[in-house]
Amino acid sequence: MKGSYIEIENNSGPYRIDDIPVLPYSDFYNQTITFMRERDSIHCVAYFGIKYQNRIRIICLLADDTNGKIYGYSFIYNDNETLDSVTKVLPQMHLFEREVHENFGVRYSGHPWLKPVRYSYDRLNTDQVIENYPFYRIEGEELHEVGVGPVHAGVIEPGHFRFICHGEKVFHLEIQLGYQHRGVENLMVQSVKPLQKCILAESVAGDTVIGHTIAHAQLIESLAGIKAGSRLQIERCIALELERIAVHIGDTAALCGDVAYQLGQAVCEALRTSVINTTQLWCGNRFGKGLIRPGGSNYPLNAETAKKISEMISDTGRRFEDITERIFSLTSLMARFEDIGTVTALQAKKAGATGMAARSSGVARDIRVTHPFQYYQKVNVNTIIQQKGDVLSRALQRKEEVKESIRIINQLLVAWQENPENISKPRYDVPLKPDSFSVSLSEGWRGEICHAAFTSGDGKIMSYKIKDPSFHNWLMLALAVRNQEISDFPLCNKSFNLSYCGHDL
Amino acid sequence: MKQEIKILRQHGVQYIKDLRRQQLSPLFKGRPVISEEITEKEIASAAGVCPAGAVCSKTGSLDLGKCMFCGECVFINPDKIKFTNDYRIAANRREDLIIKPGQTGEIRLSENHVRAEIRRIFRKGLKLRQVSAGGDNACEMELNAAGNVNFDMGRFGIEFTASPRHADGIVITGPVSSAMSYALKNTYDAIPEPKLIILSGTDAISGGMFAESKAIDRSFLADKKIDLYVPGNPAHPLTFINGVLDLLGIR
Repeated sequence: MKGSYIEIENNSGPYRIDDIPVLPYSDFYNQTITFMRERDSIHCVAYFGIKYQNRIRIICLLADDTNGKIYGYSFIYNDNETLDSVTKVLPQMHLFEREVHENFGVRYSGHPWLKPVRYSYDRLNTDQVIENYPFYRIEGEELHEVGVGPVHAGVIEPGHFRFICHGEKVFHLEIQLGYQHRGVENLMVQSVKPLQKCILAESVAGDTVIGHTIAHAQLIESLAGIKAGSRLQIERCIALELERIAVHIGDTAALCGDVAYQLGQAVCEALRTSVINTTQLWCGNRFGKGLIRPGGSNYPLNAETAKKISEMISDTGRRFEDITERIFSLTSLMARFEDIGTVTALQAKKAGATGMAARSSGVARDIRVTHPFQYYQKVNVNTIIQQKGDVLSRALQRKEEVKESIRIINQLLVAWQENPENISKPRYDVPLKPDSFSVSLSEGWRGEICHAAFTSGDGKIMSYKIKDPSFHNWLMLALAVRNQEISDFPLCNKSFNLSYCGHDL
Repeated sequence: MKQEIKILRQHGVQYIKDLRRQQLSPLFKGRPVISEEITEKEIASAAGVCPAGAVCSKTGSLDLGKCMFCGECVFINPDKIKFTNDYRIAANRREDLIIKPGQTGEIRLSENHVRAEIRRIFRKGLKLRQVSAGGDNACEMELNAAGNVNFDMGRFGIEFTASPRHADGIVITGPVSSAMSYALKNTYDAIPEPKLIILSGTDAISGGMFAESKAIDRSFLADKKIDLYVPGNPAHPLTFINGVLDLLGIR
């Protein structure tokens, strides 16, 4: 396709900021629509504003699943201009436009609802406060609203859910977030020490430590023009798959807990413990904090730990197989899982869903396969998908992904043996190329994680953008509970297990 | 049924029998020990590398209330700074979290500073309400784990409740995001007296990496008596459980 854009690859570069074409908005609009309306295989991984030479520049990054490329292009926003919203044609862009509207005051016409996304402290309009979120409403004598949160009944993060119900039936759910906003992106720019940025990346979402730190580490490496050696890449991938296994098993426990199947819950909790304790054995932290660093590692894997990982995954895999066989054969459980919270493939595409949420609805999106990073270029990864998009699909998706991750780790452990080079200490002081940018994608257990950074003339990071998979996937949950009983909400929620802090940043 | 019995057998005993004496992996970073012989130069290098300002550049002491447990100060001064895997690092006075060079003793609660009514009323059962205020979900998951089949703090009657009305205290995680400050205060106010406050994780104790962020509002904590500080990134379930047991006076 002909167009005006820079073609880059995941985790490569650095590229010159000046090489990102600046288009008139009408061309930007047409190019975006032509790219994405024609093919499902192209989706937007980031659309965000940067302050560049005292002007607001909006950057759009599209990932092409067919050739592993990322297309970048931009436009300059002139104050008080009103732009034609892309969302009318491509609903998956709705949050991106809302975010840019909230942070930079970019005006769009034809956007269905330009509501605040997260009430970031540096938002343009501080008259808009989180207590006055403009919820969608339906009038009707027989309808009622149910508000839940921000503090929830369980030990989980805060967020507000507003249901519009007719009796027990949910007509509409609106999810309002922002309570977890900590200013991560700004701190990424303000923090002086590179190590501080690593620790911030670890706390973007504490359940996706490895996913986010890999995205951050490879972004820094790209900007510095260095590349991790094979063995380091392999170890990072092993850590990422361990994280995926741990969370999927933990979420299976939570699903069992919600339908009062105590054995399933207890067994899966114990299995998750054995996985994260192995990560702790490796690096001293159950979530892998401290394990992934740019340029090297403080905790190179040793033969003894590698053996423990190998034994643990085979044992855990076997036990998980036994308990899931039981879970998916109990009719009382299946009655709660099957045909509950269904999201179709078309809905998933329109929502811009990523990762396991998309795959459970039949949309095969997996950065490990389409834009391989680290050692995934050299191992065989099967993309697991389900077709129905209900709670059962998401539960089965987790079961199958655990199996696949174990298979991947076994391949990685063989490659690890074959690549015996030494791993150096982390490199925090690497100079970053000035006036450059790079894009880094990784596939965390929830899905696609995007970190992108721009450097100034002195080689300092001047803009840092993070997109957690939850950003888009929260809408999947809202769609899932439509026309369901409100009592099925907790189950639907657990089947996705989305991140609040990853969204709120 | 047969299959379920098989699965139960397969898993055997999962709970940790003695939560006081469980051994953690040698790499687990718990209570630090700083050599008395640490030089000014080494202190400066440790303070220089610390991402959280936890190492005092004058005295060389390490503040566990600020520490992110990244271990970088150890990597550059391996002979002078060590993290032991002693996970019993909760304290009830903020100053007790500051580890000075030469200090090798265990961290224990100051008995004189435990309010008498806590032990009188809550010793046989403690119900807690948890509020995450900017927590990154690692601390929250560890608090959930404290009640799971392995750690099972429910054996002491310690549990999390769904409503603050049923709670005896609040466990706060996260640096307290501005957007959560109102809901946090509301939840706390809804808990009947007497009530206790526990801060779990470095973010909650000092704001951690977010202490300087403009998106944080810690004014709620300014005039409150904190009954227990549980350091960690995130706080380990054993750190949390042992801290609470010490607070309640359960041996």
